[in-house]
Amino acid sequence: MTVLTIDHVAVGYANSLIVEDLSVSIPKGKITTIIGPNGCGKSTLLKAISRVLKTQSGAVYLDGRAIHQLQTKEVAKRMAILPQSANAPGGLTVFELVSYGRFPHQGGFGTLKKEDYEHINWAIFVTGLNEFKDRSVEALSGGQRQRVWIAMALAQGTEILILDEPTTYLDLAHQLEVLILLQRLNEEEGRTIVMVLHDLNHASRFSHNMISMKNGTLIKEGSPEEVMTCLNLQSVFNIDARMTTCPFSKNPICLSYQLNQKNE
Amino acid sequence: MSTPAEESAEIETLEEIKKHSHPLIAIVILFGGMTALLFAIGLSISLGAADIKLATVWTAVFNFNPEITSHQIIRDIRMPRVLGAAMVGSCFAVAGALMQGMTRNPLADSGLLGLNAGASFMLALCFAFFPGLPYMYLIMFSFLGAGLGVLIVYGVGSLSRGGLTPIRLVLAGAAVSALLGALSEGIALYFQIGQDLAFWYAGGVSGTKWINLQIMAPWIIVAMIGAVILSRSITLLSLGEEVAIGLGQKTKTIKLFGMIIVLVLAGTAVSVVGAVGFVGLIVPHLTRFLIGHDYRWIIPCSIVLGGLLVVLADLAARMINPPYETPIGALIALIGVPFFLYLARKGGKEL
Repeated sequence: MTVLTIDHVAVGYANSLIVEDLSVSIPKGKITTIIGPNGCGKSTLLKAISRVLKTQSGAVYLDGRAIHQLQTKEVAKRMAILPQSANAPGGLTVFELVSYGRFPHQGGFGTLKKEDYEHINWAIFVTGLNEFKDRSVEALSGGQRQRVWIAMALAQGTEILILDEPTTYLDLAHQLEVLILLQRLNEEEGRTIVMVLHDLNHASRFSHNMISMKNGTLIKEGSPEEVMTCLNLQSVFNIDARMTTCPFSKNPICLSYQLNQKNE
Repeated sequence: MSTPAEESAEIETLEEIKKHSHPLIAIVILFGGMTALLFAIGLSISLGAADIKLATVWTAVFNFNPEITSHQIIRDIRMPRVLGAAMVGSCFAVAGALMQGMTRNPLADSGLLGLNAGASFMLALCFAFFPGLPYMYLIMFSFLGAGLGVLIVYGVGSLSRGGLTPIRLVLAGAAVSALLGALSEGIALYFQIGQDLAFWYAGGVSGTKWINLQIMAPWIIVAMIGAVILSRSITLLSLGEEVAIGLGQKTKTIKLFGMIIVLVLAGTAVSVVGAVGFVGLIVPHLTRFLIGHDYRWIIPCSIVLGGLLVVLADLAARMINPPYETPIGALIALIGVPFFLYLARKGGKEL
């Protein structure tokens, strides 16, 4: 079943169109990962989905209704977004920042109710930030900070999570922790996850569905087996990849690669 | 996975958690600041060319007797002046706080971003072409001028490659302010209205009359209420525009209303005191340092502390070299410039 439909979307910035006429569906209750080289329009596409950028033509549909016609607060109750370069203002504590995730559920002056506290504390707990709760976000390491932002998106309590490179700034172990957390949220609570990852092997290992993009167009969409092929990686990244099987997930992974010899 | 409720119950009870939100210090600052402000207002009324006892100030306010000269001095000269100072301080401070929150630019201040220069330029034009224009209209031209100033600054700033960084905006602000300042002076010379404009440049509240206060007050009250209503949204915006949109905020609407409030506040303040800078820089940063990042508290505390700062500055302006008055703008710049340098040295890092 489809939860998000991207229908002939063209999107970009003031004088340059980054994504032209892209159509793809995001299945409900699955992990979908977008891969592609730098500047291929992955983040731009996520921004269109998260209504940060307005589509110049086409539309994004959430359960069949055009997203820009829905009340933005209603969308925020169903869809949480972790932007790529989230940057907290100085002096905020972890608890305070995560608590802003409850905004779409609050009215008026924004006092936190019991239910809000439960969501906030749960989000802090599952991201392993309990001991940092009262620390200033500024004083944390890059990896811890990234987890705070993820916690804020979790506190929003939405069925859909959209994350733009959630593993940047994290070391190997923390990258895996975040991805395993997302996997857990997906498997146990059926949350739909859409993310951009640069690590192809992580993408393959944790996704049900992959979307590969280049120059603002969709190259191939499908299961990791379908997308993680030598041929597809060659056309997307212009690399000559040697594939093997992940011993953990049994999905195809890239063992090593070199730049394609042929000049384009 | 257990439900959120079960898991968090294992971690902490609700009562323990509530300790994490502590607006207590903000309340202390708010009420301490108000007390200090009232005291400073009393002190400022009693001190001056004619020395008046604090007790006399009390009776003049609550038991006015028109027969007594000191009561008349208090009523007609000193009270409007000190109330004007307090209002102007609050306006600049809240305008600065709003701008910093909306743009995430720590150097945002109505003086640095050209609003003040724009408003005083417009006032110079009014003096030149519509001499004797009632204050009621002057104040509106002042709003317009503030809007004009900020438009030019943002226009010039966004022409540069790589977009608007805090430092670039301030540079554009400095350049545009210099230009508008020069134009105002040119107008003053050509139309020989230098005398009228002098106190605007120097910045002073000495000429404030009750009638000015009456006209200012409704604008300020409405704008301040608006600022308090917006305050929670401003906090959200200060997390970054994308985050705010993701959380379901109508960022464009909030920014529009925020900007209108800023223009009204800065325009009103300039129409009384002239282009005094740095209040909007010093006060919100100090407040943020004291009470944290929640604009629901920053805005009310800025109202109080901003008023306090300018009342004290005005008092100092009269005390330093009596009977002459030191320009209040110069005094505030004395604290403001080192403070600005300190913030700029931190690289103008985004808030």
